[in-house]
Amino acid sequence: MSNTKAILLVGVGGQGTILASKILSEGLVSAGFDVKMSEIHGMSQRGGNVSTQIRYGEKVYSPIIGKGEADVIVAFEVMEALRWIEYLTEGGNFIINNYEIPSVPILMGAAKYPQGILDELSSKAKTRILNANAIAEKLGNKQTQNIVLLGAAIRALSDSGDTALNAIAWKEIITRNVKAAFTEVNIQAFEEGLRAN
Amino acid sequence: MGEKKLLTGDEAVARGAWEAGLLFASAYPGTPSTEILENLAEYKPDVYAEWAPNEKVALESAIGASMAGVRSLAAMKHVGVNVAADPLFTFSYTGVTGGMVLVSADDPGLHSSQNEQDNRNYANAAKLLMLEPSDSAECVKFTKLGFELSERFDTPVLLRMTTRVCHSKSLVELSERQEAPIIPYQPNIQKYVMTPANARVRRAKLSDRFQYELAFSEGEAVEMGLNRMELRATESAGEHIGVVCSGVAYQYAKEVFGENASYLKLGVTWPMPVNLVREFRSKVDKLYIVEEVDPYMENQIRAAGIDCIGKEVIPEWDELNTDIVRKAVFGQSSPTLTTELETVARPPALCAGCPHRGLFYALTKRKDIIITGDIGCYTLGSAPPLSAMHSTFCMGGSISTGHGAAKALEKAGSNLKIVAVIGDSTFFHTGVNSLMNVTYNGSNIITIILDNRITAMTGQQQNPGTGYTLQGEIAPEADIPKLCAAIGIKEENIFVVNPLRLDETNAALDKAFASDNASVIITKWPCILKKLQGEETSLYESLGNVCYIDQEKCKNCKICTKTGCVAIYNGDRVEINEAMCVGCTLCIQTCPFDAIIER
Ligand SMILES: Cc1ncc(C[n+]2csc(CCOP(=O)(O)OP(=O)(O)O)c2C)c(N)n1
Repeated sequence: MSNTKAILLVGVGGQGTILASKILSEGLVSAGFDVKMSEIHGMSQRGGNVSTQIRYGEKVYSPIIGKGEADVIVAFEVMEALRWIEYLTEGGNFIINNYEIPSVPILMGAAKYPQGILDELSSKAKTRILNANAIAEKLGNKQTQNIVLLGAAIRALSDSGDTALNAIAWKEIITRNVKAAFTEVNIQAFEEGLRAN
Repeated sequence: MGEKKLLTGDEAVARGAWEAGLLFASAYPGTPSTEILENLAEYKPDVYAEWAPNEKVALESAIGASMAGVRSLAAMKHVGVNVAADPLFTFSYTGVTGGMVLVSADDPGLHSSQNEQDNRNYANAAKLLMLEPSDSAECVKFTKLGFELSERFDTPVLLRMTTRVCHSKSLVELSERQEAPIIPYQPNIQKYVMTPANARVRRAKLSDRFQYELAFSEGEAVEMGLNRMELRATESAGEHIGVVCSGVAYQYAKEVFGENASYLKLGVTWPMPVNLVREFRSKVDKLYIVEEVDPYMENQIRAAGIDCIGKEVIPEWDELNTDIVRKAVFGQSSPTLTTELETVARPPALCAGCPHRGLFYALTKRKDIIITGDIGCYTLGSAPPLSAMHSTFCMGGSISTGHGAAKALEKAGSNLKIVAVIGDSTFFHTGVNSLMNVTYNGSNIITIILDNRITAMTGQQQNPGTGYTLQGEIAPEADIPKLCAAIGIKEENIFVVNPLRLDETNAALDKAFASDNASVIITKWPCILKKLQGEETSLYESLGNVCYIDQEKCKNCKICTKTGCVAIYNGDRVEINEAMCVGCTLCIQTCPFDAIIER
């Protein structure tokens, strides 16, 4: 359906994509959207890739996104952005965390981490590159890189015309979803993400 | 209106079962079904929920609970139904006392399974009323309805889910629990003792039951909107396309065919409401059957002489999505970006510090062996650089396939030795029976039980060896060495080792290889992801500290990389990623130059 938006969050097990997706979908529900979210995380704990797909709009049918259908791809890792390139729609946005995690064939010396991914993707689609890990580290909590990326994703969606997202009480939803001791730092991370450009 | 919440299909099944007054639930874990029981466990004390050692036990326990008069549920992944199929087919004859729902979670696309079987065929084969939800709201509704229909038609009900239904979140309206009355137990030998004579009588009743269920599927189910026609607006123009669909395929079809088509959305797919399909056919110019995996609906529709288009365009394997259906039907796909850059695969691997790695590394040093494997995290031992597993079929299969191979090789005069590798949970699942066969029929294979103190692959579930139940109660730990001895493995051929200590592991392997009798090595060390509790916290203190490579001493021989540890980076020089290393010290034990050092 044309009035439906699709966001794909991709990364590597342990990067917190699932929490970011959860907060994102709860926010969208609070704004009155119909929302579906689907995740594949079969072997994620063992270093495999993880993907979460969120679709929202007035009425959503399919919980998953086909090739060429994602309005935004948030890649928590550089090579994962490349892996999902075919899923981006024409005119869609990439948000890429400038962070590389070598996969097993690379660790084993059987393959090389592909070079020039960021240039390649920037030349093909609207791409924002963030150093979410560095930002999170500066805030004093490496784990919050996922919330930095969440902030950046919401900014990209709102810049592309989805202003309804600005009215959502994101900070409240973040507070609900993280341990009390980490609320402050996560909210800072979120704001850093919103600001990053 | 009740509160609305985003739930996964699995959470929604648990919610629906609780709302329906469920009292007893049992399951063996398996993706994508595992979270159903994990969520039901949270509804204690209203619901009693337990992990069974395997799916047959889970189903039989749920059968017993139903017979005793309460609503019961069993959940399993698609292949689990194969294990439970024996009681299932006969349970269909006896029928129920308390309502019983069997959840089968299929995995089109093999995201995390060894095959892609379509369990809707079980409904047909075992004559089970089947419901197929297409989102979380339907998971709640169909689960509740399942218990009612089960009691009404005296049948177990098959709730058939797929990965995308199980693991997708969508909005659900919550209701309160309604207690279901417990039906006082009355012995009923004719109903429940399936001797051939009684079973014949029950079999005859199945044909009547089918007629009632069919009338339901074609009548009441339509009034209730379970099987519903969504006809396009009368002012629509152009060729009138009709689509028959069920489960998540309905969602894809709605996106692809849009408002200009009509839909027959089926929630009850056994019995297939064939007359409803015929009526729908008469309203449209062209009929598509959009279903994942087998032509289950299509075959029945064609057998009724109804003209349709199905698997000649829709793929007959792998999961569907909007893009695939659009391409299959209209020959068009959304434009996509392409790139010349090649992505490197990101296959899963044993974690840094995984105890399985030590055992597999030790096995790579043995010559002339066949390693028959099983299903669990340790199946990753088959991947390079370890490549230390030569077969994997099904849960519990390693020991029996190894036994058969050993007997055959003996006949053939071969000197290949068989090593069967099996996890603790998998051993309790069905491996025990196979080990009994080894001693009974006397093969001399080496069985290695990888006791990482948990069911790891499916996300850390307790099992009969771990000392805790699903709902957190303390339980006796099944004693694997004693069990093996009781089956007939000689005491001197039973070894318990820490697999992250190569010397211990190699010593046990030496003895096992030297023996003419069957032997068992239990590699006992907890999964690195396990949250230790109770006395395990002190029993399994960390083995060592984070390691680094002294580049002065390192000769770059790369032997340590043969462990396949994900914290070791094999670049121009070998390096250890200290952020990932957990100090298992396995690499230290492999280094011939003492170049790896603990911090
Ligand atoms: C019949 C069947 N039931 C369930 C599964 C799902 N499953 C795959 S591996 C596994 C658990 C393995 O646990 P364990 O043997 O303890 O090995 P670990 O993963 O801990 O190494 C399960 C339940 C399956 N593949 N087949």
